[in-house]
Amino acid sequence: MPELSDLDRKILAQLQGDFPICERPYAEAAAQLGIEEAELLARLQALLADKVLTRFGPMFQIEEMGGAFVLAALAAPEARYDEVTALVNALPEVAHNYRREHELNMWFVLATETKEGIAEAIARIERDTGLPVYAFPKEREFFVEMKLEARR
Amino acid sequence: MIDDIDRALIVATQGGLPLVSRPYHAIAEQLGLSPEEVMRRLRAMLASGIVRRIGAVPNHYAIGWTANGMTVWDVADEQVDELGARIGALDFVTHCYRRPRALPAWPYNLFAMVHGASRQECSAKAAEIRTLLGDACRANDILYSTRILKKTGLRISR
Repeated sequence: MPELSDLDRKILAQLQGDFPICERPYAEAAAQLGIEEAELLARLQALLADKVLTRFGPMFQIEEMGGAFVLAALAAPEARYDEVTALVNALPEVAHNYRREHELNMWFVLATETKEGIAEAIARIERDTGLPVYAFPKEREFFVEMKLEARR
Repeated sequence: MIDDIDRALIVATQGGLPLVSRPYHAIAEQLGLSPEEVMRRLRAMLASGIVRRIGAVPNHYAIGWTANGMTVWDVADEQVDELGARIGALDFVTHCYRRPRALPAWPYNLFAMVHGASRQECSAKAAEIRTLLGDACRANDILYSTRILKKTGLRISR
């Protein structure tokens, strides 16, 4: 794991949202961090290359566009875990996928452009893997604020 | 809802913004739009919630949040909404949802994500939630993630 510098930590603390929409947004964001535009661009490039960041850009809410986000899970036999992972991840509708410690040991988020797309994606995964998929659509959202500062 | 131009903008930016001095101009050029229109539409999508935010999306593990626990709770139906709102308000909970149970395999109807530098930290946070739920909680569990298998975020196609 690459070491994070003080500047990296500052970038993580300040740039998880509110990135400006203007002609030179990196220059504006850099000014707020007290650095030059070129330095910010270089650090973002490095953080992406080192996989400290998975992405830098807009985060879209597909539900606001008429689509759906659904959490789903399945129980993959240990001997088939990598194969099942590859089959599930092959679907572009799978936005995230995590291994978790439980009998239901694979938890993924489906993001589809239409509400019907969810059932199709689930049917496809069940067919490809031969395993039942449990869907946990949200019935109510109490809070979502996925901004974590660096801890190291 | 979105039109074809918004859609093209989403396809062009869902993998990330270009790391160049004038990223919105670069996207405009790629799509054959004016930079003003690109910026105007992004502002509108931000205002309407289609864009939740613009910025860095970190890998939690890489920034030191090595313990990520999905806490799950079987809470009495008549109390789950009130209690869910209170749990969502805890400063260490990053997502909190009510979801359907899948009986008999899955009795839990309330999900709250907690993160920490250690499992001990996560379980201490789960204990706080347990206290808050009191008698309304019939069963609970915490599912730690042990590997990110995929994290690309939304991908729509052209």
